[in-house]
Amino acid sequence: MTQDIVRLTLEHLVLVSITMAIAAGLAIPTGIVATRYDRFRRSVVAATNVLQTIPSLAMFGFLIPLPFLPLGKETAVVALVLYALLPILQNTLAGILGVDRAVRESALAMGMTGGQLLWLVELPLASRMIVTGLRIATVITIGTATIAAAIGAGGLGVFIFRGIATVDNAQLLAGAVPAAIMALIADRGLSWIERRWLPG
Amino acid sequence: MSAIVSFRHVSCRLGGRDILQDLTLEVQAGETLVLLGRSGSGKTTILKLINRLLAPSEGQVLVEGRATTGWDPIRLRRRIGYVIQEGGLFPHFTVADNVGLIPRLEGWAPDRIEQRVRVLLDDVGLPHREFGARYPRELSGGQRQRVGVARALAAEPDLLLFDEPFGALDPITRMELQQQFLALRREFQKTAVFVTHDVREALLIGTRIGLLSHGRLRLLESPPDFLRSQDVEARAFLACLDHSRAGTA
Repeated sequence: MTQDIVRLTLEHLVLVSITMAIAAGLAIPTGIVATRYDRFRRSVVAATNVLQTIPSLAMFGFLIPLPFLPLGKETAVVALVLYALLPILQNTLAGILGVDRAVRESALAMGMTGGQLLWLVELPLASRMIVTGLRIATVITIGTATIAAAIGAGGLGVFIFRGIATVDNAQLLAGAVPAAIMALIADRGLSWIERRWLPG
Repeated sequence: MSAIVSFRHVSCRLGGRDILQDLTLEVQAGETLVLLGRSGSGKTTILKLINRLLAPSEGQVLVEGRATTGWDPIRLRRRIGYVIQEGGLFPHFTVADNVGLIPRLEGWAPDRIEQRVRVLLDDVGLPHREFGARYPRELSGGQRQRVGVARALAAEPDLLLFDEPFGALDPITRMELQQQFLALRREFQKTAVFVTHDVREALLIGTRIGLLSHGRLRLLESPPDFLRSQDVEARAFLACLDHSRAGTA
């Protein structure tokens, strides 16, 4: 049992890490571009909002018949990434658009290029908000990833589904407790980074 | 004297609204031209046309004899110091980093930047040793504004633009900074365009005063001639002066 807990916890961790790396890699640059173009911003926020309204189990179901996605981890990662996009995207937008207009204007008036404005002013000042988005998305992903076991993606959800099927609380807890601990560690860890290292 | 900035029949339309109409004006080397007017009269637009944050809808703005549309905007802006209300400082940079930013972007050697920052902070009355490592949130409004002035001077620009820099300050700090502005002008001999809606400030620091109303230049006079002007808008501003004197009498 202990060996299984360690193995499935690691599997869960890998699933969440891959998801978060892809989601951050997609949502942060998209968010940056969206701050520059109003129409694109409206479309992309609307699309990610719609994705968020789809119940998670149904999302996994919708993705199963897609021919280019093998059943299991790949399908699970796609679904989890789609869920993680919204908080990261919205916080990237809010962080950058929330930079004081006077600060942005004085940066441009001083002769900063668009790239310098982004890297030296906007991203540092938005970094707290962006990390908050990453934190929220990570906690959501750790929870939602337990459902991924329903489509054979492994992870701590294996214990939970097994526990439900056999009405075995020990199995349920073996899945739920490590997932909850993982979510708490991610939440506290990223909160600490926000407070300790990023400009407020 | 030669013109550093020339406006030739410049109009500026934004969002279907005429912000500035048919402005012709020259800013001579070494002078402090104060643009005075009510809110929305087009004062700030003039500054933004000079450093090409805006482009004219009609006419031409020339800086050092060349149309702003012909300048590389980045090069143009780095030659012009810009000070706005509250300084527009970067809250995540220390005072020293704020002041040294443009020299750093311009590729100055670190030693030269440090030396320049030290001299400028001393010039504006904020000793480097005490203030260099502080963040803008740790400063008072007046101190932030001094850092804003030091930052604008950092890359040794010939022209400085001031957009109501002392507008948010209490009267005493405001007066101190006005005096310091005059001292710095004597020391550096820079050309400045200074936007304000405070007629007292305009009379104190301007070598000429341009009065704007509804996007048009109504009057361009030296302070003594401005005081004698019979223009209705000028009288309205001067009445504020009389009123505040009467209040203190």
